[in-house]
Amino acid sequence: MLIGATLAILVSMVLAIIRGVIGSTLYDRILAVNMFGTKTVLLIALLGFAMGRPEFLDIAIVYALINFITVIGVLRYSDSLAFNQPDEEKEPEES
Amino acid sequence: MDVAIEITSSICLLIGSFLCVSGGVGILRFPDFYTRMHAAGVTDTLGAGMILIGLMLQSQDFLVFAKLVMILLMMLFINPTASHALAKSAIHNGLKPVLDIKERNNTESESSSR
Amino acid sequence: MKDLVAVVMLAGIYGLLSACFFVAMDAVDVAFTEASVGAGISTLLMLVAITMTGRSEQAARHKPALAFVVVVITGGLLIYGTLDMPYFGAVDAPIQVHVAPRYINDSMQEVGVPNIVTSVLASYRGFDTFGEAVVIFTAGIGVLTLLPVLRSRKGDDAVESLNDSMHEQHLIVRIVTKILIPLILLFALYVQFHGDFGPGGGFQAGVIFAAAIILYAMLFGLEVARRVINQTFIQFAAAFGVLLYGSVGLVSLLNGGNFLDYSVLSADPIAGQHLGILLIELGVGCTVTSVMVIIFFHFAGRKEDKQRMKEEEVG
Repeated sequence: MLIGATLAILVSMVLAIIRGVIGSTLYDRILAVNMFGTKTVLLIALLGFAMGRPEFLDIAIVYALINFITVIGVLRYSDSLAFNQPDEEKEPEES
Repeated sequence: MDVAIEITSSICLLIGSFLCVSGGVGILRFPDFYTRMHAAGVTDTLGAGMILIGLMLQSQDFLVFAKLVMILLMMLFINPTASHALAKSAIHNGLKPVLDIKERNNTESESSSR
Repeated sequence: MKDLVAVVMLAGIYGLLSACFFVAMDAVDVAFTEASVGAGISTLLMLVAITMTGRSEQAARHKPALAFVVVVITGGLLIYGTLDMPYFGAVDAPIQVHVAPRYINDSMQEVGVPNIVTSVLASYRGFDTFGEAVVIFTAGIGVLTLLPVLRSRKGDDAVESLNDSMHEQHLIVRIVTKILIPLILLFALYVQFHGDFGPGGGFQAGVIFAAAIILYAMLFGLEVARRVINQTFIQFAAAFGVLLYGSVGLVSLLNGGNFLDYSVLSADPIAGQHLGILLIELGVGCTVTSVMVIIFFHFAGRKEDKQRMKEEEVG
């Protein structure tokens, strides 16, 4: 069962990566990173149980925290980025 | 008793993995950012919670259990907050939700053209 | 892909992914470091740098095909080189026969720390780690000299009103952050002092500590954070960490041992080792925290100075 859940999470990680690569808007990419981070936390917790090393949970906690900090940081700076820089729609004119 | 715990934990893990995969499919297939965020946000929080509860039932050690509870609490705080901030920031910076299928096809062809 | 923010996002995903590899290969401490440094702090610092430089990549002056050919050739040579290497986890691999058996067999008697990684990092290879701490300290000094913060005292009020308008939007995030920051700090202390027994240590704890401070600075404004974390104090702390590390070495030298040989620090060699590892981890944590905070403050301070100057020009 642990292996099955691990595989399911790996599948959803791959889907999140695909969304992160095709993206199309900045927010889609942030969303993909956020989801990927959550899945990483779960994957590490599951791997810790599957391999019988529960001290992996420390890393999972770090991931949960770091993920939050990253997302907040990206949003905080994406506000100013979106205002200062040419927006997604204006990009074709430049290139 | 042990069998009951094992079965409950398996069911929790199963629901959790199903939700995670469906969230992954949702983030890939849904038409615009807000629906994708709906898919990711809802299934992430519940799926993560289910998997963590399933693991909690399997944990032997009290410390492991406590750490899992910590992770679950953080997830319950962090995920909705991050989703909220993301949606707010997106709508604040003028990302319009797609309300029409025709419109969606237009935007997709635009985004693929660049 | 010309959008640099998207590139940074993908780099963040890569950081998370490579940490998954490390976890799968049982390298818990490396995964820990990758989690806090690769996925967390470096993404943030790159983003802050992008806010200064602009978001889209400049048009390339040369053909990317040449670079691609070079990368493919180098990669091919490297993969060719790995063919000669022993199989992953082979018993007779050079890395397994040279010093590893001594670390695994004797470190419990010699150092008395359950986590072998910590005993190798802090005791057997203490000198290397000292070098790493000095490298981080040098990076901090480099940022301090290259990016001096242009401060004009009279502009403070303008910046504060700017910050307030920016932060009132994020009420929920601020409240949740207020709940989370003490937890993050507590967890950083746990990582710092639990390094002897589980994964963790000075580097990781320092980065987590710095991440908490950076989170605070991002949501409550740089000026407020500067008032909480005194600049002079944090620069002093960066130097103090390296100094603490070096002086532990000197004290062991004066007590008749080798440089960074902690066994002579106390009457009982094991207790001496414990004391030495605790002190140098503290020193490393101190330096890493302060340098990360210094780098962030100076990068982000640059940005706010720009905004302030723009506003002064307008007004």
